Amino acid sequence: MSLLSVRDLSVKFAMRDNTVTALNQISFDLAKGERLGIVGESGAGKSITGFALMNLLSRPGFVDSGKILFQGDDIAQMSDAQMRRIRGNQMAMIFQDPMVTLNPVLTIGQQMVETLMAHRKLSKSEAEQIAIVKLREVYIPSPAERLNQYPHELSGGMRQRIIIAIALLLDPQLIIADEPTTALDVTIQADIMELLLELCETNKVGLILITHDLGVVSQMTERTLVMYAGRIIEAGRTREIINDPQHPYTQGLINALPQQTAPGQRLKQIPGNMPSLTAIPNGCPFSPRCEYVQDHCRTEAPKTVQYTHVEVACHEVHRLHSDKAEEMNR
Amino acid sequence: MSSLSTNSEPSRWSQIWNSNIGYSFRKNPVAIVSLVIFLVIAVMSFCAPLIAPFDPYDPGQIDIMNSEYPPLWVDGADAQFMLGTDDQGRDLWSTILYGTRLSLLIGICAVGLQAILGISIGLIAGYVGGRIDSLLMRMADIQLSFSTLMVAIIFLAVTQAMFGSETFNQYAIYFLIAVIGVAEWPQYARTVRATVLAEKKKEYVDSARVLGFGPMRIMVRHILPNSLSPIFVISTVQVANAIISEASLSFLGLGMPPSQPSLGSLISSGFDYIFSGSWWITAIPGIVLVVLVLVINLLGDWLRDALNPKLYKG
Amino acid sequence: MTAPQPLLDIRNLEKRFELDRGFLETLKLRGGKLVQEKREVHAVNDISLQVAPGEALCVVGESGCGKSTVARLIAGLLTPSSGEIHYGGERIDNRSRRAMMPLRKKMQMIFQNPYASLNPRMTIQQALEEPVRYHNPNLSQGEIRDKVADVMRAVGVDPSWGGRYPHEFSGGQRQRIAIARALTVDPEFIIADEPISALDVSIQAQVLNLMLEAKEERGLTYLFITHDLSVVQHFGTKVAVLYLGSVCELSDTATLFENPKHPYTRALLSAVPQLKDDHPNHIRLRGEIPTPINLPPGCPFESRCAHANSRCQSEQPRPQLQPDGALVACHAVEEGRLDG
Repeated sequence: MSLLSVRDLSVKFAMRDNTVTALNQISFDLAKGERLGIVGESGAGKSITGFALMNLLSRPGFVDSGKILFQGDDIAQMSDAQMRRIRGNQMAMIFQDPMVTLNPVLTIGQQMVETLMAHRKLSKSEAEQIAIVKLREVYIPSPAERLNQYPHELSGGMRQRIIIAIALLLDPQLIIADEPTTALDVTIQADIMELLLELCETNKVGLILITHDLGVVSQMTERTLVMYAGRIIEAGRTREIINDPQHPYTQGLINALPQQTAPGQRLKQIPGNMPSLTAIPNGCPFSPRCEYVQDHCRTEAPKTVQYTHVEVACHEVHRLHSDKAEEMNR
Repeated sequence: MSSLSTNSEPSRWSQIWNSNIGYSFRKNPVAIVSLVIFLVIAVMSFCAPLIAPFDPYDPGQIDIMNSEYPPLWVDGADAQFMLGTDDQGRDLWSTILYGTRLSLLIGICAVGLQAILGISIGLIAGYVGGRIDSLLMRMADIQLSFSTLMVAIIFLAVTQAMFGSETFNQYAIYFLIAVIGVAEWPQYARTVRATVLAEKKKEYVDSARVLGFGPMRIMVRHILPNSLSPIFVISTVQVANAIISEASLSFLGLGMPPSQPSLGSLISSGFDYIFSGSWWITAIPGIVLVVLVLVINLLGDWLRDALNPKLYKG
Repeated sequence: MTAPQPLLDIRNLEKRFELDRGFLETLKLRGGKLVQEKREVHAVNDISLQVAPGEALCVVGESGCGKSTVARLIAGLLTPSSGEIHYGGERIDNRSRRAMMPLRKKMQMIFQNPYASLNPRMTIQQALEEPVRYHNPNLSQGEIRDKVADVMRAVGVDPSWGGRYPHEFSGGQRQRIAIARALTVDPEFIIADEPISALDVSIQAQVLNLMLEAKEERGLTYLFITHDLSVVQHFGTKVAVLYLGSVCELSDTATLFENPKHPYTRALLSAVPQLKDDHPNHIRLRGEIPTPINLPPGCPFESRCAHANSRCQSEQPRPQLQPDGALVACHAVEEGRLDG
């Protein structure tokens, strides 16, 4: 049985007079200990997916339909009390900005002990021992001293390590990391990524990594979902998606990276912008920006089909593929 | 520029109506009721010469024999005087209309003066910074450490003694506007300075500096328009405060003379008769004052919520 | 190599920010005694750079390395603590605002955050007309409007959108408008401070292409500040790597990417997440970037460097010219302790 199974999940936001669809019938599975990347640009719905999985959607947003089965139980139907038992305990979330998660007026130790004692029957000294072990696991030097420090006394990279230590405190089955390294510098980012990868592998923790950075996804995950305008448009093994993307958007995204073009040459850009949630085009949401667009793309939403090694939601994927083969033969 | 704005003019109102502010207004019954009441009071008082059956400033229309008639719904009323008459025999309804007009006028003009002083000082302090900022803000601190009423009482008492009450009464309205206006400018200056400090860090100000624009242009054309929301909010509250200040001063006998009563002096003049049974001379203008101040404050509350920077992403 | 006269010449530029403002803040209690103590942030430390006409010099580094401060010093938004900035042969760092005016038309800046760099209360038309009118008071309204429409078309923004306000546009479109605003005065030199890092990947490509086009069509010279090395490789002709306010390595882009010499440059290059390489082999650095308050006397990178020795602790390395034209400030490179 898979650890997490999302079925036809739709999330809507209540606006003044109507509702807008932020997530449109997304489905995916995550096996135990698997690392999944969710890639997309801002407005694609990737962060909302993370919030929906944690049952953390706030007021204007709500789950409209669909199921989120975590170890067989539907999270979307759970009460707050049930959810609190799962959150932190079996599922943990890491946010982009460490200061959002860490309470600035409590010491690191207080925050870790509080989390532990809320979920487990432990004495304070036992909880502190566990906290020190976890801090050591994330390679924090002199962990016992860190317990008495406040978040603002630590550097950005150190804070993100502590966030990871807190996420791992209760040995969760699943970590959802929403842009965990975007706020960090490249050299620090590389360290944190390596650490997260190592911890997930040794502890057999499932990871959902939400990011806009294809390089990060490529190095961290086994499978990848590509999102666009609230839909999953391509899903498959990360290697295959990066090396041989099938959806025109994924292709465009990878080709737009500067390293895909010779220095000084024009980059292969995707024209236009991601549509706003209030104005998602009919049919395929990517159709106005797509170079392979046909009439039926503008009227009919594409179904997800299996193509070569990946699942892709595109009407023209066959033609696109034959075009590419022709190009290769030439 | 001007020719450009003309073709978008017709849609301006519908734009405001459909904007976030328009929407939050439509969804807020308290704000709608407050605005309606405020507009009714304001329009009626400014049309006082047209509406009022008597002119309380005209001694020829006042007959001391008519004094202390109760309002219509009380026994012994005279059908001529809807809300009764005061101790001098003036029609209370007319006097309240004229008085409200005076109170509003003083309140709005005083706030205008506060705004001009406070906004310029706040802009300069925030934008220029350094020594000038410290100097201006210490001035504001000193000003704020005296209560408005205390400053006003001392100033008005001294002027009254200097010019004699005859001349003072003649120019009382200007003195009141000046003293209330000058006493409260630090409120504006502080608010504006805080916003300017926040706006100054934004890149559009840097961009204007890189384009070589001068400090005056940057302050007036770029920073000021982006600091307007808190100015609007504070203005409503300040109008209410100024009306109360004026009423308090008049009540203490330092404001408008009894011959040209504002709401405050009307309440004050009726106060002597409250125990002889003529409660209406104090009570009715009192209710008008409370309602007026309340609706302005309620509007201010709504405006503050509507312009909340969390909702408002300019 | 006979270099042409550089357009921009920065000599020994330094910028220190005082942390404690005012007399009272400088007083500290130390061991029961009241001592006056000033703390300073050394944001930029003895930097010398030249930009020749037509070049695109990229300044890279991590947060806190002083790259944005360099940009703001050149743009005249900050005044240097010491050192000189020359533009087109004339010294510009000590000029008054009026004396800078003719230069404002030649040198423009593009900012990082397109959501903050346009005045939210001005329509696009007003925002674009303002600099044209200010710098060319003799132009008629029609000429100004033509000029603005030209620039808008050049950056791919429909001139009929002029009546709209910035919040009606997406981030990428706003950055186009910000670029258009800089181009309205026909500059020859553009300082771009992280112009694409706030944008989405597909939009980054659009804006980068726009800047490349402008470079070719208008013969622009760029100083491009960024933290993204893949952008540097694509956009820059020369690269300066900054660490804690000092230049570690300055060389042609191709040379730098083929043969990085400074240990920090090597670590930085190895840390970029690659698309194809499954098993990254990145050089781990000890610790994190120290704060630039009261810098150590030696090499700024010494605390994190795997090759550091006692000389690195005590003596600051000077930039040394390498055989392939790169300037590298590192004792280990100078002594040949790093092989390769």
